[in-house]
Amino acid sequence: MRTKKFRPDVDVAPWKGGYSPYDIVKEATIAVIVVALLTVVLAVVFGSPDEHAITIKTWSNAAPVDFAVTALSELNGTSGVAKYGAPYNTGSSGQALGPLTLAKWVGPRIPVNTVADFIIDPLKALPNQPLLTQSLKQWSSASPSARSSWVANYTTASSNISFAQGQVVINAPSAGPVPLMINDLTEMARSGALDQALVTQAGFYTTDYTLPLLFLADGSYLANQAERQHLTGDRWGMMNETGNYPGQAWLWLYTFWYQVPPFSHSGNADVLVWGLMMVLSVGLLLTPFIPGLRSIPRLTRVYRVIWREHYQSLEKS
Amino acid sequence: MTFINLAAIFPLTTLGHYIHWHFIEISVANLIVIVLMVITFIAALVFPFPGRRRRRDNR
Amino acid sequence: MSYSEIERQWTTRLRRRFVHLLPPEKLLPDTQPTYVSSWIYVFGVTTLSALMVVIASGCLLAIRGPQWWHTSSVGHFVNSLHLWSVEIFFFAMVVHLWGKYFMAAWRGGRAMTWMTGVVTFLVSIATAFTGYVSQSNFDSQWISTQAKDGINATGAGAYFNVLNMGQMLMWHIVLLPLVAVLLTALHVLLVRVKGVVPPFEEHVEVNA
Repeated sequence: MRTKKFRPDVDVAPWKGGYSPYDIVKEATIAVIVVALLTVVLAVVFGSPDEHAITIKTWSNAAPVDFAVTALSELNGTSGVAKYGAPYNTGSSGQALGPLTLAKWVGPRIPVNTVADFIIDPLKALPNQPLLTQSLKQWSSASPSARSSWVANYTTASSNISFAQGQVVINAPSAGPVPLMINDLTEMARSGALDQALVTQAGFYTTDYTLPLLFLADGSYLANQAERQHLTGDRWGMMNETGNYPGQAWLWLYTFWYQVPPFSHSGNADVLVWGLMMVLSVGLLLTPFIPGLRSIPRLTRVYRVIWREHYQSLEKS
Repeated sequence: MTFINLAAIFPLTTLGHYIHWHFIEISVANLIVIVLMVITFIAALVFPFPGRRRRRDNR
Repeated sequence: MSYSEIERQWTTRLRRRFVHLLPPEKLLPDTQPTYVSSWIYVFGVTTLSALMVVIASGCLLAIRGPQWWHTSSVGHFVNSLHLWSVEIFFFAMVVHLWGKYFMAAWRGGRAMTWMTGVVTFLVSIATAFTGYVSQSNFDSQWISTQAKDGINATGAGAYFNVLNMGQMLMWHIVLLPLVAVLLTALHVLLVRVKGVVPPFEEHVEVNA
């Protein structure tokens, strides 16, 4: 007779013991009532957070120099978005998971041209601005090298940029139309018109906030507010919520990797952490098939506490 | 940033309290949740479940 | 129609198969094995209950639209119900996961039960994420502008644009809840089909 080896971490012997009454519908009903009541109590006692969204108007009024400098970075191609790569542009080859440059392979399917989308097109939308219209004509009819030269001269002068009496103040000779463009864009932002222009480029109705969010994220203001609330990546921010509310504790392992080498100082941290978490998730999924991992429950004997009544009755009989 | 929360008795809207330990930084709120989860798990294992006599009679 | 013709129908075959797999007394049993006697067993149904409250509160939020809770105290209260039921949902689900792990609940042909549970957990995380970026407040702005880097790095960001609130909201209220509910139903039905995993035995040899 062939004896099949019993694998205690995989197999079970069929249950030959007794059954006792168990009212699962009653249990479910009680559970729903208890959970619903607990939810109401927590909602009444603690409420929920709602920190108002930051607009470009808020940002540019609170930190006009930061706004102007960010606008310049969009113009001179040094901003986060300008250098991002896919899915926005080809500014860089993006992150690599070993030989895999996944984002680059997919390509720029959400095209963002920082010069056109953040600067030129919104400025074109402003009515009755003869000086601005002239500047924009000067810009559009200029050669690429002329534009580069203007932007470079403005960038060199930008270390002394300031803001006074509603105007961006900078001494930037040979910068062509750039000073007026940056100043008018800042004024447009401070009025709230830029928020609207960035969203309605695609049409009247939209629910896509890609452009204003990318522009906001390129500046320092949004990040400074997040830093204040401990939401930044280097402070386990992924787990956290604004104020004193509990956040997403279940993301502890995901954000953990960002705090430790090599991820903490890698330019490929995002794709590396994603790759690692995918592997660990597959590991969790396939636990029943992984020797060692599936043996821990039996070896740690926590089950003796769960089923102590059962084992006690076995010992008695 | 303004905040409207008329329903809450103790809105948790002030800036969060955080605990630092070596490279670990965790909010008090999250720590409470995690500690409560561990306590709940242990309590669920340890506290006796009602209906013991009924089960004993049915073995 | 002849008897054999009726027997060959898809309807008849499907019904017989389902009733054979899950007869009413198995679908809604009135007894459990005597080893089902621990508080750890209530966390599955607690997770399910929390999911019901999450969906109910989400439906209430849907009635007046995604901006309602910013300007109405009733709306804000409903949002609070939604937030705290989600916290309870994850709380109970993780305690349930810990319990099932230490029971090695995949034993005896129950690997699919474990796996559907894990996938449901992962889908729940994705559902919560799309919810966080649908709040239309500072939290959404920050979470979306940060999360985009992780998702973009995988190439998926070209199609799953976390900065597109309309897309994220629709994933949150239509696509992901549908998947989560279907997976949860499958998970619960598997528990009913296979029964609750028995305790560990020691020194057992099975003659085959």
